[in-house]
Amino acid sequence: MEQVPYGHKTQKPSPVSEVHIVWMTSGLGCDGDSVSITAATQPSIEDVLLGAIPGLPKVHLHNPVLAYEVGDDFLKYWHLAAEGKLNPFVLVVEGSIPNERIKKQGYWAALGTDSKTGQPITTNEWIDRLAPKALAVVGAGTCATYGGIHAMSGNPTGSMGLADYLGWDWRSIAGLPIVNVPGCPVQPDNFMETLLYLLYQVSGLAPMIPLDDQLRPTWLFGATVHEGCDRAGYYEQGDFAEVYGSPKCIVKLGCWGPVVNCNVPKRGWMAGLGGCPNVGGICIGCTMPGFPDKFMPFMDAPPGSKVSAGSIGVYGRAIRALRSITNSTVNKEPKWRHPGPELTTGYHPRAY
Amino acid sequence: MSTITGTVKDSPTKTKNLVEMNWDPITRIVGSLGIFTKIDFENRQVAECHSTSSIFRGYSIFMKGKDPRDAHFITSRICGICGDNHATCATYAQNMAFGIRPPAIAEWIVNLGEAAEYMFDHNIFQDNLVGVDFCEQMVKETNPGVLAQAEKTASPHSDLHGFRTIADIMRALNPFTGTFYREALQMSRLTREMFCLMEGRHVHPSTLYPGGVGTVPTIQLFTDYLVRLMKYVEFMKKVVPLHDDLFDFFYEALPGYEQVGQRRVLLGCWGSFNNPAVCDYTYKNMSQWGDAMFVTPGVVVDGQLVTHDLVDINLNIRILLGSSYYDDWQNSETFVKTDPLGNPVDQRHPWNQSTFPRPQKRDFGGKYTWVMSPRWLDKRTGDHLALDTGGGPIARFWATALAGKVDIGYIKATGHSVKIYLPKTTSLPEVEFEWKIPKWSNAIERDRARTYFQAYAAAAALYFAEQAMAELHAGRTKTWTDFKVPEEAIACGFHEAVRGVLSHHVIIRDHKIANYHPYPPTPWNANPRDIYGTPGPYEDAVQNTPIFEENGPDKFKGIDIMRAVRSFDPCLPCGVHMYLGNGKVLETHHSPMFGHQS
Repeated sequence: MEQVPYGHKTQKPSPVSEVHIVWMTSGLGCDGDSVSITAATQPSIEDVLLGAIPGLPKVHLHNPVLAYEVGDDFLKYWHLAAEGKLNPFVLVVEGSIPNERIKKQGYWAALGTDSKTGQPITTNEWIDRLAPKALAVVGAGTCATYGGIHAMSGNPTGSMGLADYLGWDWRSIAGLPIVNVPGCPVQPDNFMETLLYLLYQVSGLAPMIPLDDQLRPTWLFGATVHEGCDRAGYYEQGDFAEVYGSPKCIVKLGCWGPVVNCNVPKRGWMAGLGGCPNVGGICIGCTMPGFPDKFMPFMDAPPGSKVSAGSIGVYGRAIRALRSITNSTVNKEPKWRHPGPELTTGYHPRAY
Repeated sequence: MSTITGTVKDSPTKTKNLVEMNWDPITRIVGSLGIFTKIDFENRQVAECHSTSSIFRGYSIFMKGKDPRDAHFITSRICGICGDNHATCATYAQNMAFGIRPPAIAEWIVNLGEAAEYMFDHNIFQDNLVGVDFCEQMVKETNPGVLAQAEKTASPHSDLHGFRTIADIMRALNPFTGTFYREALQMSRLTREMFCLMEGRHVHPSTLYPGGVGTVPTIQLFTDYLVRLMKYVEFMKKVVPLHDDLFDFFYEALPGYEQVGQRRVLLGCWGSFNNPAVCDYTYKNMSQWGDAMFVTPGVVVDGQLVTHDLVDINLNIRILLGSSYYDDWQNSETFVKTDPLGNPVDQRHPWNQSTFPRPQKRDFGGKYTWVMSPRWLDKRTGDHLALDTGGGPIARFWATALAGKVDIGYIKATGHSVKIYLPKTTSLPEVEFEWKIPKWSNAIERDRARTYFQAYAAAAALYFAEQAMAELHAGRTKTWTDFKVPEEAIACGFHEAVRGVLSHHVIIRDHKIANYHPYPPTPWNANPRDIYGTPGPYEDAVQNTPIFEENGPDKFKGIDIMRAVRSFDPCLPCGVHMYLGNGKVLETHHSPMFGHQS
């Protein structure tokens, strides 16, 4: 009988031997989410790619920031995926989705060249080709999830989030809704941990990923910034900073933490270091569907904070009710983010 | 690829067989870039190159009417790897617009954050993105003869970095499996932790504000930074000799390699790291505080420092069209006629630019990119110079070396070189590196300067940490200066993004942003042919590049072109396409240098 190490039978091969990750950075974005994941350590990108976590399938990453291949050698995976020959694959989208219908010609965002026409292949065309074939579709960062900075009022491109484009009720061939991991950029470990969860799910090691009504993983976005902030004690004592650089609660200096769904003050930015209000940076709501418009101007105190910070003695239900109203407002995107053929952002183009 | 047309009408030259090759997208950069070339395989040379960008977002459009205090939060999102450089540059412009001077400790904190950004970003780009072009797997596929030679070539500095042969270095650079690749990736996290200590979050900072920072200056803050910095200093003592060995080997193994990516020395640097003792952010004193920066601003033409005066640099920036998808603004509103010193401001200056996008079909004989063509007017000759940044470090070093102003103990600019001193670390003694002005502005020297600048940033950070702690120990811990947004203002910020020059120009009217035009490095490098027919730097550098790759058209990787392009550290939602397609051969008359097109 073959000698096997003690405990060998604890290691089960994944029922899915290989998974591809097709990662588009060609939305209207900054590649900050791809850069962000290179900072992750829980898990790191190399932990996942080199098989350092038990039970996972072999993972092949096709991301333009990190890829070995260039040009057509790189894009062949895109074409294979579109033809249904790269199974199974997870589609990650980074950057907001421009509205290519609001103009007569040209492109806002593209990746690669159509060999027949010599024209660029638009990002939207790629999403149309790839999303129906993907096991799961993941939005990385606030641009891809809800529109973000490039979808602010007055924008010329009519951009929007993935769910605005594909539909909020969209389901993948495997029955998964769009998975949104917002953040501007996405907190490194938040993204890699979501990806890890999906790989566990693919391998039959985890149940359906739990998502809230904005399609966010509940364990990451269930609490508010304020609930995880180590300056909340100052808030409780009614002790507020009047100048930047103070270690006290900065809600009067523009921090939106009490109504923003995000775990960054709790988790830190990386290795437990950094963050936002916990280190003196006002929360500008960068994980939220209403970002950025509903939080601007960022450096003014949020309207609700005057009531709640002033009535800090009246704890309990009243404050939570007030915050819940604000929270549901900032959890809604502005109405101009839509796939229709009219540009309604407030910008009036003279040349298209 | 029938869209590549009409380059051949001018002067009759010899007939060549050209193969169209496009790379779209260029990977291992930040952003989407395509490079379209025609290659002359018989003469082993790139005959023609067009660089194209695939994305338009419209910052200068949607920032109009917004609160000027929001500018740094918004513009950080321009870039996902050096967003903090934008945020910093925006706060510089805000400080000028609002008439405020941050406390000294705030400036040191920003300088420490920005130094960490250079340490992180040059590191990850050099060793995890560019490095792959020099790794064993790549060299095996493109130049097996060179790899064979590398196996037999001992590393001159193996005692310092531990890799016995040049091929051992190349193996260590293999993506993910290479030991040095993984060490560099891990080090890029340590430096980002340093960054987060000072600016809150990478890459879009949370603690920067006009007037200073929200970072709380404590003993612990600087301890946490310094212990990480010293680990990086030790790392640099191995990395600088490692890259010298690798780059010197390429000159030796491939005679003539200095021509890869070579172009005329036309370098711009807008200066980095303000000195709080001098910098008051007023426009009228900008020449003085520009000179006091810890990386000296300057324009270097053919090896001469043409200017180091930020006012001069500012006034001669011109934004040209020619091949970009925009309508012209020549007859649109003039926002400012003169600068605060009374000097005339041109209609093509960023202060007076209006952005009118016109999306259209891509046509390499006409309009083919979303990037505009920034130029610098050389008043001596009247030329609109297509300055490049060389990816940042080579221009910073060249300007700083020639100006001979920086002298802070850890760093000394000598007039012809820059000396960098790194103190003793855990296992290695103190060391002095010296960056010397190279013979060429080419791919290898751009890459080499990037390594040396990592050491420069570390040395500068040692100085900044000392200055910051001196403020802390003296009890000067206020980090922010209050201000009011004026009804009207004009302002500018100058900085060095990791990969080169960065400027933000803003006009405020009625307390709102009336005009905002950021110019990051990549528009300077990745731009198309301008109205005068002058190609942009990538196009120019690639067009001069000889082909050393051993593969013919059927297996061609374009590695020499990739090294040329990546040496500029492209970072823009834009792209370089190389498309071998079906190897379609054109027979065409070719004008080798592309001359002037009408």
